[in-house]
Amino acid sequence: MKKNIPGGFDRREFLKGSAAIAGATAVGTLAPFGLARAQGAKLRVGLMLPYTGTYTPLGVAITNGFKLAVEERGGKLGGREIEYFVVDDESNPAKAPENTNKLIQRDKVDVLIGTVHSGVAMGMAKIVRETGILWINPNAGADEVTGPLCAPNIFRTSFSNWQTTHALGKVLKAKGHKTAVFITWKYAAGEQMMQGFKEGFEKEGGKLVKELYTPFPQVEFQALLTEIANIKPDAVVAFFAGGGAAKFLKDYQAAGLKGKIPLYGSGFLTDGVLDAVGDAAEGVETTLHYADGLDVKKDRAFRLAYAKTYKLQPDVYAVQGYDAGQLLATGLDAVKGDISKKADMIKAMEAARIDSPRGQWTLSKAHNPVQDMYLRKVVGKENKVQGVAWKALADPARGCKA
Amino acid sequence: MNRSRVTNILLIAAAILLALFPLAESTFYTQLLTKVMIMAIFAMSLDLLVGYTGLVSFGHAAYFGLAGYALALMVPKYEVASLWWTLPAAMGACLLFALVTGMLVLRTRGIFFIMVTLAFAQMLFFIFHDTKFGGGSDGIYIYVKPELKVGGFEVASLERLDHFYWLVLLLMAAVFLLLRRVLGSTFGRALVGIKMNEHRMRALGFPVFRYQLASFALSGALAGMAGYLAAVQYGFVNPEILSWHQSGAVLMMVILGGMGTLYGPVIGAFAFVLLQEVMSNQSWFGASARHWQLAMGIFVILVALYLPQGLAGLLQKVGRKPEIAEAADE
Amino acid sequence: MDFAFILIQLLNGLQYGLLLFLVASGLTLIFGIMGIINLAHGSFYMVGAYLAWSLSSMTGSLTTAILLGIPLTVILGMGLERLLFRHLYQRDHLYQVLLTYGLILVFEELRSVIWGDDVHGVAVPALLGYSIPLTENLSYPVYRLAISGVCLLLAAGLYFLIQKTRLGMMIRAGASNREMVQSLGIDIKLIYTLVFALGIALAAFAGMINAPLSSVFPNMGSQVLIICFVVVVIGGIGSVKGAMAASLMIGLAETFGQVLVPEVAGMIVYVLMAIVLVWRPEGLFKRA
Repeated sequence: MKKNIPGGFDRREFLKGSAAIAGATAVGTLAPFGLARAQGAKLRVGLMLPYTGTYTPLGVAITNGFKLAVEERGGKLGGREIEYFVVDDESNPAKAPENTNKLIQRDKVDVLIGTVHSGVAMGMAKIVRETGILWINPNAGADEVTGPLCAPNIFRTSFSNWQTTHALGKVLKAKGHKTAVFITWKYAAGEQMMQGFKEGFEKEGGKLVKELYTPFPQVEFQALLTEIANIKPDAVVAFFAGGGAAKFLKDYQAAGLKGKIPLYGSGFLTDGVLDAVGDAAEGVETTLHYADGLDVKKDRAFRLAYAKTYKLQPDVYAVQGYDAGQLLATGLDAVKGDISKKADMIKAMEAARIDSPRGQWTLSKAHNPVQDMYLRKVVGKENKVQGVAWKALADPARGCKA
Repeated sequence: MNRSRVTNILLIAAAILLALFPLAESTFYTQLLTKVMIMAIFAMSLDLLVGYTGLVSFGHAAYFGLAGYALALMVPKYEVASLWWTLPAAMGACLLFALVTGMLVLRTRGIFFIMVTLAFAQMLFFIFHDTKFGGGSDGIYIYVKPELKVGGFEVASLERLDHFYWLVLLLMAAVFLLLRRVLGSTFGRALVGIKMNEHRMRALGFPVFRYQLASFALSGALAGMAGYLAAVQYGFVNPEILSWHQSGAVLMMVILGGMGTLYGPVIGAFAFVLLQEVMSNQSWFGASARHWQLAMGIFVILVALYLPQGLAGLLQKVGRKPEIAEAADE
Repeated sequence: MDFAFILIQLLNGLQYGLLLFLVASGLTLIFGIMGIINLAHGSFYMVGAYLAWSLSSMTGSLTTAILLGIPLTVILGMGLERLLFRHLYQRDHLYQVLLTYGLILVFEELRSVIWGDDVHGVAVPALLGYSIPLTENLSYPVYRLAISGVCLLLAAGLYFLIQKTRLGMMIRAGASNREMVQSLGIDIKLIYTLVFALGIALAAFAGMINAPLSSVFPNMGSQVLIICFVVVVIGGIGSVKGAMAASLMIGLAETFGQVLVPEVAGMIVYVLMAIVLVWRPEGLFKRA
């Protein structure tokens, strides 16, 4: 498999896409768009995020973070003002290619930002690869995006699913746990996080004795909790998110497992649900690329600015959105806002060292963040940082031939 | 009969207008209309069941999705496959699946029928969602679109938006004419007869079950055609295309357009997709577009209450003197 | 797999089944007695959960929240029946599907506008906030057992109401022959309003009492909706007895399915439903 998929059409579509962008500087063929695309005109940024349904708060946080990064630069990136085009992707993969097209073809955006849901991201990736448009993914962790689907125009400012659990292997080893059970939903993200943990844990000599799956998005865990109690592993590692995570944490406590078998997880297990679960999450340790109480100067400034602007506390999603803005700014600054110089822009972005609230990070060859994974512990309503579980963890980017 | 001539003229005029549309060179709207026409085929296939056979299926997305997956799994990853065999094969898979499920679901009636069709669709959903061979919850890509050649000559390139658009338009028209033909035949009249009074038809010696099964299978195969085209359009299939939301949406299109008429579902597909397009447009409605589903919900409720015959019924009312009932089509 | 393990899983399955019954009971009533197919049932479950959360955080007590919430949902049910559902009794199921599909969208968006999109927790009442130890490292929350008790009580109550009371007799008569009951001078409209409100209140009550276990989150209604339909269809539409039997069946099938055949756990209930319907096209129990 090459960088571009073999077969004539792919290249043709790619050329069509770049032609549209190149046409920007030339005299406009389609009057209104041609005009808007001239140098100095507004840069068209497409936000494709969930604004309805379960992931709404994530979509909003990412949008806020991104806009904050733009505002801090006086509302301009690379000297150009920004015009936003927004599409609600409803977290529906069936509509993903169509919604992506809406921004690329209808709104003629220069850059695409999105999304949260991995299935939707897979649909976006298809169109993005065909059109060659610059895409910054501020959340969706599907390993494939910076794996087999990697491309020069595809960037991610969040994480790969693999990354979020890989460092846990070291953590468990350090605590003396020799056996573990992994529990998650039966879907791609869960399986990828399981894989990330398994590799990390087995490298340290640990043994993953059982993988437990419950159908997505079911939240009845009692049967599997009973099985965990029966297996009696040294530790349990879990990935759930949102309402499912809240329910799992509570059930784990109610089943009496909490305090008997220590619970670990991907950071998403305890993000955004601490208000909902009371003391059920207290002491649960997770790894993620962001945490509360980081000793990072940029983080303090970011939190203050975010709280002032939106009257809200930022979360990891806001940080990822913010960094998407920062990464785009780096690229545009390098070409002084002339997005038609795409190769130069991509080169600048690849070389970027992002001064993020999560600490500095760089991009891997496959355009996924190489970042510190923090070990966090739930203390009260916070995911308190305990230290760095893995310094500069890079996703293996399997299958990426870019 | 005068009236049907008017209808025919209107239909032909609409088809010509649609055929000219890609010449306007609006890439996005060409793609959007292509999608709408695919949904129109899907809705017509369901109307055969709901509107003419009297069977309300709430799991029609199963056939739509199955055909998409059939295509994705059939074609070699980086080689071109021919439409000539992939389309019939995908539709054949749906036909077979519809025959098997049909034998089972046709034992039930009413609410039970609605629910059992849903159950079979859900089963299929979980098969593709929970197992690896169809790419799991991430779905799979179809990298290379099928080709359409006659004797080595490429009739149309499906990679070209306008060619694909015309192909879909042609197929939509073909399905329309086919269904009109079928429904005008003895078979079609018998179906409507069964819908009106199953017992009487049985007493008259009609093999009710076999007729219904035939209708169910044909409907499944046509839904498969729509699913195949949808998979070709974006080259991406995901379990979500078989979800009950998809089944619900197509049912909305049929009722909104007006069931029991063939052009109703087509109108319904256009209205449903375009309405959603308008209501969720943030550059027109600003931040309140975020709550577009509220507007959509209210609209759907109003249709259920006040437009039982759908938009087609509304058109008929406007277009004609009220006393002539739609006896011919019923 | 030892004997104790199987016993505990059996308990899990039964307990989950009872929970399902709680949510599905309202649906089967509306289905069976009024002949209305209500896709928005899950939305009322969600409304109940959100009411439990917002009222209990206002008053500080889940019990108070439930006592306040039930009349509210009864009023909501009666209002909706008068305003919308009444117009659909004589029409095809199709329109009921359409209308209630619209209602799902409306409720989901209103929830987003009124209560936001965050996940919330509801505290278990202090009186029931304990667990009973079962094995050395597994215990059973008392609240879950309490809910099971409530479910059983409710099942008995519904059965009594429908089979043994005068109102129940009128309801049953109205379900089988609307016109006849009307000609006997019974206000069938009122009865329908009451049944509908009861069904809605049951769904909402299920959401409320389940809120401490499930947490409160967007789209929680659509998760339970489909499984409730399966319960009702397997059990036989309108049969309280059937709903109970089907709930327990599904609870056990899901529980043991997850443990024994995890690869196909998602499909099990639907396969079960298909089998039952092929064997008995009208469900296990015909309408009582």
